[in-house]
Amino acid sequence: MARSTQPSFGTGKLMRAALYAVLILFAVYYLLPLFVMLVNSVKTLDEIRGGNMMSLPEVFTIEPWLNAWSRAQIGVEPTGLSPYFINSIMMVVPAVAISTALGAMNGYVLTKWRFPGDKIIFGLMLFACFIPFQIVLIPMARVLGMIGIAGTTSGLVLVHVVYGLGFTTLFFRNYYAAFPDELIKAAKMDGAGFWRTFTRILLPSSGPIIVVTVIWQFTNIWNDFLFGASFADFDSMPMTVALNNLVSSSTGVKEYNVHFAGAVLAALPTLIVYVVSGRYFVRGLMAGAVKG
Amino acid sequence: MQPSLPGKAQATLREVLPRLVLSPSLFLILLFVYGFIIYTGYLSLTDSRMLPSYDLEGFGNYANLWGQRNWLVALQNLAIFGILYIAICSVLGLVLAILLDQKIRGEGILRPIYLYPMALSFIVTGTAWKWFLDPGLGLENTMHLWGWESFTFNWIKDRDMAIYTVVIAAVWQSSGFVMAMFLAGLRGIDSEIMKAAQMDGASRWSLYTRIVIPQLRPVFLSAFVVLAHLAIKAYDLVIALTNGGPGRATELPATFMYSYTFTRNQMGVGASSAVIMLAMIASIIVPYLYSELRERR
Repeated sequence: MARSTQPSFGTGKLMRAALYAVLILFAVYYLLPLFVMLVNSVKTLDEIRGGNMMSLPEVFTIEPWLNAWSRAQIGVEPTGLSPYFINSIMMVVPAVAISTALGAMNGYVLTKWRFPGDKIIFGLMLFACFIPFQIVLIPMARVLGMIGIAGTTSGLVLVHVVYGLGFTTLFFRNYYAAFPDELIKAAKMDGAGFWRTFTRILLPSSGPIIVVTVIWQFTNIWNDFLFGASFADFDSMPMTVALNNLVSSSTGVKEYNVHFAGAVLAALPTLIVYVVSGRYFVRGLMAGAVKG
Repeated sequence: MQPSLPGKAQATLREVLPRLVLSPSLFLILLFVYGFIIYTGYLSLTDSRMLPSYDLEGFGNYANLWGQRNWLVALQNLAIFGILYIAICSVLGLVLAILLDQKIRGEGILRPIYLYPMALSFIVTGTAWKWFLDPGLGLENTMHLWGWESFTFNWIKDRDMAIYTVVIAAVWQSSGFVMAMFLAGLRGIDSEIMKAAQMDGASRWSLYTRIVIPQLRPVFLSAFVVLAHLAIKAYDLVIALTNGGPGRATELPATFMYSYTFTRNQMGVGASSAVIMLAMIASIIVPYLYSELRERR
């Protein structure tokens, strides 16, 4: 983001110090839950029960992480979270790829090959971004059953493609709308057809918006819980659903350290994406919020 | 494409191709969004129980719905949660953005720290806060260990207060995002106006209340729309944090719809609650999208 454009006030040293103190206090507030999860994921269960959640571990142990990954009881199987982590990846990769590709082509058509009624189509797609998914749960369960992909990863891919289309189309449409029409016209004059214009002129300069869209879709689909809980069966359960099963299972001893390790594992992919490309993540959020 | 095609056919293909490319997406949206909305709307007028039934029975489900104590609790909770969530996120986001906009050293470190919760799943957030707010293990216990024996914070176990813990966790997750929106808005304000006002001797307070904040009105609107629609859709966080409890104290429309449809075998009532949720969101989103789309053309 650009540097501050506002005139800074002639502030006294004391005010400045107070300002920094407040800002750091908020940073602590935002970091605290993550800190607590990390610190307690490497403690023994006894130490968690008897000790202070803020204190650093007396005995450092990686055992909870190993447990969460490959041994913890999920439902009835002691498989750990690893199969569900894989499920999430198998679901996220195709869903992100397909919805992004479709969004790019939709954005291209809606800005550079306009036709009567295209605004209505875009409006219909845009509204689809915001519907409460409760309104589609019942028929979706029926349709997935009818086409024979109920309870499968393919079913979840279809669901995430459909309900991601609105956003991916929105991102590419807004991006391509700012792309100079003259270049498109020139290409058309040179005899470039529909696909050539797209692959030679638009795609090469679409890098940033592809990154924004992929990150947005990846984060949303990885973090989804409602669709996973509604449409996955035991073999296709994504990570968020498995984590919730682990944490809220009422049988046996509550292994808090394993729960924390599992929660961090579930958060890790999106956190890494955020750390590596936070700038694009923020752009996606903004584009999702400020339409046009 | 194919050079062998006669000119006219080629021209027709050129005409049709863009629409052809758009049509799979349009088909998916029409069927899976609008078709499904109609289907659920129809079910809400039928006597569906465990399975969908197509026998219309009028508005019985809606009458039933508004007679359900659980639904009224869910709406009341949504009102409490929604108002506090939107208000606190907006105020906190605005204050943080203004503070961060004072030529802060280390802004590049602080900003991502404020914003990272938005990248997390609500299930992770709920898990973290459930434990953090647990009286026996979390904050209360820590305060006792630090010597503040009389400190109590057991809202998450308290029927009357549990909904506020949902607010706490949700604000933690979303306020950084609102901050980023306001920060972008602040950076877009013409600094000349600010300088001129300062020259005129405007105090810092009046500079912000008279000039800056009024200019941020579009950001307030966007933040409101985004937060309101997130509030109405709120589901995962409640499931992970309180699972709707204690009792049904943190029931929200989304959890109500799910349990009536899939576990209580009252699909008709569940469908009617989904229709009400859609109507709530549409009443916020449609005018917003309409004005946004009109302005830019």
